[in-house]
Amino acid sequence: MTLLRFLIDHRAEFLGLLVQHILLVGLSTAAAIAIGVPVGVLAARRPRLGAPVVWLANVVQTIPSLAMFGFLLPLPLVGGLGARVAILVLILYALLPIIRTTVAGVRGVDAALVEAGTALGMTPRQLLRQVELPLALPSIVAGIRVAAVIGVGTATIAAAVGAGGLGEYIFRGLSMVDPTVILAGAVPAAALALVVDGALLLAERAMKDRRRSRRPVAVAALLVAFGLIAAAAWAAGAAHRRDAVIRVGSKNFTEQIVLGELLAQQIERRTGLPVERRLNLGGTFIADRALRSGDIDVYVEYTGTADTAVFKNPVETDPSRVLERIRQQYAAGGLAVLPPLGFENTFAILVRGEDARRFGLHTIEDAASRSPQWQAGFGYEFLQRADGWPGLSQKYGLTFAAPPRAMDLSLIYRALAQKQVDLVAGDATSGLIAAYDLFMLQDNRRYFPPYDAVPVARSAMLLRHPAVRTALEEVSGRISMDDMRRMNQAVDAGRQDPAVVAREFLARLERKKPT
Amino acid sequence: MNDRAAAIRMRDVHVSRGASGVVLRGLDLDILEGETLALVGRSGAGKSTMLKLVNGLIVPERGSVLVDGRDTREWNPFELRRRIGYVLQEVGLFPHMTVGANVAVVPRLLGWDAARIDARVSEMLQLVGLPANTYADRPALELSGGQRQRVGVARALAADPPILLMDEPFGALDPVTRAELHREFRRIQAHVKKTVVIVTHDMAEAFALGTRIGVLDAGVIAQIDTPRALAASADPRVRPLLEPLLEARALLS
Repeated sequence: MTLLRFLIDHRAEFLGLLVQHILLVGLSTAAAIAIGVPVGVLAARRPRLGAPVVWLANVVQTIPSLAMFGFLLPLPLVGGLGARVAILVLILYALLPIIRTTVAGVRGVDAALVEAGTALGMTPRQLLRQVELPLALPSIVAGIRVAAVIGVGTATIAAAVGAGGLGEYIFRGLSMVDPTVILAGAVPAAALALVVDGALLLAERAMKDRRRSRRPVAVAALLVAFGLIAAAAWAAGAAHRRDAVIRVGSKNFTEQIVLGELLAQQIERRTGLPVERRLNLGGTFIADRALRSGDIDVYVEYTGTADTAVFKNPVETDPSRVLERIRQQYAAGGLAVLPPLGFENTFAILVRGEDARRFGLHTIEDAASRSPQWQAGFGYEFLQRADGWPGLSQKYGLTFAAPPRAMDLSLIYRALAQKQVDLVAGDATSGLIAAYDLFMLQDNRRYFPPYDAVPVARSAMLLRHPAVRTALEEVSGRISMDDMRRMNQAVDAGRQDPAVVAREFLARLERKKPT
Repeated sequence: MNDRAAAIRMRDVHVSRGASGVVLRGLDLDILEGETLALVGRSGAGKSTMLKLVNGLIVPERGSVLVDGRDTREWNPFELRRRIGYVLQEVGLFPHMTVGANVAVVPRLLGWDAARIDARVSEMLQLVGLPANTYADRPALELSGGQRQRVGVARALAADPPILLMDEPFGALDPVTRAELHREFRRIQAHVKKTVVIVTHDMAEAFALGTRIGVLDAGVIAQIDTPRALAASADPRVRPLLEPLLEARALLS
């Protein structure tokens, strides 16, 4: 069966994702218990105070999870990509069932027992600890069970913000249109949900059955669950230690996955070393952390992104100064920056090809004289960022007939082609630029920082396997902006497998320059 | 009897509780140290309300309730309740605890050390006829109704409180078990000599246990006297409660 074969082939990665998934659900459920039980108790004791809390938890529950991730991403402190946001979202979803069952459990305690406790001289706190909570426990555990099972499902969506987990395979499979990869995430996630459900159900039943102490069953169920986690963690750890394997990583968008495949295949065909692909890792932060922790040995970063996002340096627009600066800073962490691949993934100020030819436009400066009669369309982020539209208009004195329209990035190219707008800010390596015959104006005053694609690798790995460095340097400067656009287009619009696209590109390189 | 001090003194007590319609109107009552007072009345006559006045679960709207000479409003309510044993109907045992843990509740609240608690639990279970080595570790729910009621008494007496309140303590038991527990209670009371207030709707039980019997009617004490004196009462509020007893005796003789 292809699914089984896939899981066996990717067992180290699979176990790693499984452990991530379990950790996401475990941590968030634990936090939700720590918050939800006290809130539930309060809500049960003071209905007037509690009703709005339960109402709020209800409202949160109705927000679709993907929307919730999107809503929280831009927030300061909690925002940003990765596990932090995912855990926060999972906590929010876990709260409602836990609060509800705590309220029901505490309210469901026989009033006569509460009166007995009070009459014996218990303070409200003693009553809670010695009578109400123990009696509400089976109900609370039922809520925890529901929360954990919801969590296992919702956590698959956490992969969308780069938190990892089994959703990784689902999203990867969706973007590759490969049902096997989707199932590799979905089937184990469903199995995990069943295991969690079963284990907690046993615990719940054992607690309800007070007559005959069935504690051993509850303990056994918990031990099985923990044993499963421990075994998975151990297996993943063991897989880690085999270091004859080169691990290639990537972030979570098409271009990165293609480049990951490209580096992986280049290493395979030149060195014969086994390569493990850990593609689709998430955002910059996740990829960087994976590299530093040794989870991956190499991935492609962009110089400007490394400079501002990884090292938080002030904006610098000179490409060689940026490259030198990040080379030094990476070196301090035992990482090496290899020579640029040749293309740059920067913001692209685009106009229609026909306009560029008709008016002889080459640079953004050229466009500034025409723009007062134009309409512009920018993505939300570009409109807001200091290094986006506000700075750009100052740098070039750009003005438009009307304030720029805020548009979704995925629609912006078509809007330009269909003449809804006349100038947009897009992505320099988008395959749609060629597809719609758009023209990228040159940033002749160097407003945007350079975003040259460079492989970043662990120095220790390069020392141990010098052949890897040679293999990677062979593609240095060989991938042009047009090459990258074509490959992105082939995957995004042509629905081709990134591995196939990368293989064809490498084959073409070889034909061009036989050595 | 006037030479004995009043352990509990109620003066001009007014309580009106809308929900259950219980009303006490200007109730005066002295409960003497060491006596067993049985309060009898129809359902809703205000019997349970009187017990709750003693341990501060209810505070009178007018008038005062003094326990050991101190107004219940002045007592720390938790301290007051830990000095007063309380036996409820069957439901009062905590189902998530063992028999021993139920008996140990008040000593634990009082912060006794473990060895003292263990010794006291054994002593109390022995007193109510449930040897600790057989019963202490059993879940409370495994016991029969009569056994649970014994545990309830052991729990109420565990911290050696000077006052014991019993709210229909044997109401849910079959007649044979009830008679057995009545004998047990008299034996225990002879041994511990507490000030006891028992609430019941069953005049036979009041005669079996009380050294004095008070009849509660429409929020006031209709009559309070020794069992012998009460049996001869001509009060129209007391006679109906005595009638079933007298009929039973007539049938038997």
